[in-house]
Amino acid sequence: MSTPTTSFGREAAAALARSKNEPAWLVAWREEAGQWATSLELPKPEKTPIHRWTLDSLGSYRPGKPAASLAQLPQEIAGLLPEQAPEALIVQHNSSVIYTHLSDELKAKGVVLSSLEEAARTHEDLVSKHLMTIYKRDEHKLAAQHAALWNGGVFLYVPRNVEIEHPVQAVIFADDAEATFAPHILIVAEPNSRVSFVENVAGSLGETASTLLHNGAVEVFAKAGAHVRYAAVHHMDKAAIDISYRRALVDNDARIEWIVGDLHNGNTLTDTKSILQGNGASSDAKIITVGTGSQRMSVTTQAVHFGRSSESDMITRAVMKDEATAIINGITKIEKAATKANGQQTEKVLMLSPKARGDANPILLIDEDDVKAGHAASVGQVNPEQVYYLMSRGISKAEAERLIIYGFLDPVVSEIPLEGLRKQLQRILERKLG
Amino acid sequence: MSSLFEIRGLKSTIEGKEILKGLDLSIQGGEVHAIMGPNGTGKSTLASSIMGHPKYEVTEGEVLLEGENVLEMEVDERARAGLFLAMQYPSEITGVTNSDFLRSAINARRGEGNEISLIKFIRLMESKMKELDMNPEFMHRYLNEGFSGGEKKRNEILQMMMLEPKLVILDEIDSGLDIDALKIVAAGVNSMRSPERGFLIITHYQRLLNYIKPDFVHVMMQGRIVKSGGPELAERLEAEGYDWVKEELGIVDETVGQA
Repeated sequence: MSTPTTSFGREAAAALARSKNEPAWLVAWREEAGQWATSLELPKPEKTPIHRWTLDSLGSYRPGKPAASLAQLPQEIAGLLPEQAPEALIVQHNSSVIYTHLSDELKAKGVVLSSLEEAARTHEDLVSKHLMTIYKRDEHKLAAQHAALWNGGVFLYVPRNVEIEHPVQAVIFADDAEATFAPHILIVAEPNSRVSFVENVAGSLGETASTLLHNGAVEVFAKAGAHVRYAAVHHMDKAAIDISYRRALVDNDARIEWIVGDLHNGNTLTDTKSILQGNGASSDAKIITVGTGSQRMSVTTQAVHFGRSSESDMITRAVMKDEATAIINGITKIEKAATKANGQQTEKVLMLSPKARGDANPILLIDEDDVKAGHAASVGQVNPEQVYYLMSRGISKAEAERLIIYGFLDPVVSEIPLEGLRKQLQRILERKLG
Repeated sequence: MSSLFEIRGLKSTIEGKEILKGLDLSIQGGEVHAIMGPNGTGKSTLASSIMGHPKYEVTEGEVLLEGENVLEMEVDERARAGLFLAMQYPSEITGVTNSDFLRSAINARRGEGNEISLIKFIRLMESKMKELDMNPEFMHRYLNEGFSGGEKKRNEILQMMMLEPKLVILDEIDSGLDIDALKIVAAGVNSMRSPERGFLIITHYQRLLNYIKPDFVHVMMQGRIVKSGGPELAERLEAEGYDWVKEELGIVDETVGQA
């Protein structure tokens, strides 16, 4: 069952897939990816030398123990769940999904929620047609590794015209630093459907000499007129590396909203990209990140406009402490013929320590004349005028700075669609911001 | 009898340039003092130096509130001691709602264990906003963000009304206000007049003083108070300008610290 890191490649990928009884198409698909994983280069994010990171700790397949009910979930996972049992919930523990719940009402409407491993058997057509088509297996080494190794994972299918009122929730949790931790989340939202999805990636590794690699990916397909809201909070120990590639393909008049808290304590590479394929497609990405300790982060948001009158908005806010480094990239690409497109982006970095580093790189790439595009970027410290203003009303300096820092992040925090997750996010922020 | 508020020989500099050159002023409880003067004579520097703006350095003198030298206090301590400055250019602060901000300010003054209840706070804020004819929505808006000039001024007065300070300094509160807004702001200030509270109103124009009647009027030039009188002084300044004051005192250039 295990996949020694040293000999990982074509054979290892196929052997692992066979040992998990995966369908033949997937075994072959993984085998191919395993081959690419040996030859492709690592991605080269701007100013972030990830080749120095411990990216070869691929771990072994360590499935969690299946839980028949919420009560059987490990305590640390149960602590991440909302008080009220949600109507749609899926839980991954280390290398496998251990719990899935979907209300009968949603099942009756044709909604599917299962581990991606299961869906590869039960919904082969849908899975093979979409899986790693917008985050391609041969994009780079990490993508190929992910393709060869992804485990557990989520498949969410929302049929045409179906609106899911409450957010579908996923808790993805690791407490074994030796595990292969590579969830893939695949969401297919059929025309005119509506869904919110909330992903909570957490870890509790304790003291360990090992590095846990979270090599995760998200692919969202918003078909014509569909609205998908995707909220994610990532928070693992510093012994973990968070690699997260998030992609959405947005069809005519469809919309994707990303609300992301990249609040991991270790090195982080995230890339959140909306591909506005259809006319009238729109995307909105709001991302916050907090750098602490000596962590290194590369946080990228991208919008690619193909459709006419497509619109994108991207906001990233980063608070940097201690000796942390973050490179914040925003890339708006408007392709030829995407007339009347409108792409806007803002990156703001708040520096709380002289040893921290934060770069904001707004990039506009525009191949069409009849468009609107704009960007704003800033890197600065807590504004002393603002501190003075608050203090002049009797608020202490420490409290004034706290209000300003939390306020800086509020435009994203306040958008989190789940009360419970918003509170959890606030607790994480309090821990990280001290 | 000791004053509610007293400024003694105040000298202050910004970026090494001396702006206040020894200013004296005494305010008793219940009094309204107006400081008038042309641009660049040190009026706003006076307000900022009293409050403790980090860019200004006080080099000499004392500022006493009920006998305590506020210059030895941090900015927040000055506020909690009872000083309030309605600013000419209030900061905009994203992510901090007006109500969260004001509640923090009120609770900072009341101290731990004595916080105002949420219900009581909201009722208080709503009633004061109504007095100032402010849209209730402004409660939940980010502090001053996207507020028009007039809305910011009203918001300053709202804070004054809720914090109930002992000494209020209004720095150019009338600039950017139309006549209706000016009347509302003045009514707000007048409702706060009491025998225990003093006011220092800094303004270019006599217009505001039609609505807030001062007991004393001072003219500031070259970083000092050069002339003091009653309300009639403001009226004469409005009618005749400042040239006669300069002539009387032999002042050629009334400004201070201008490059």
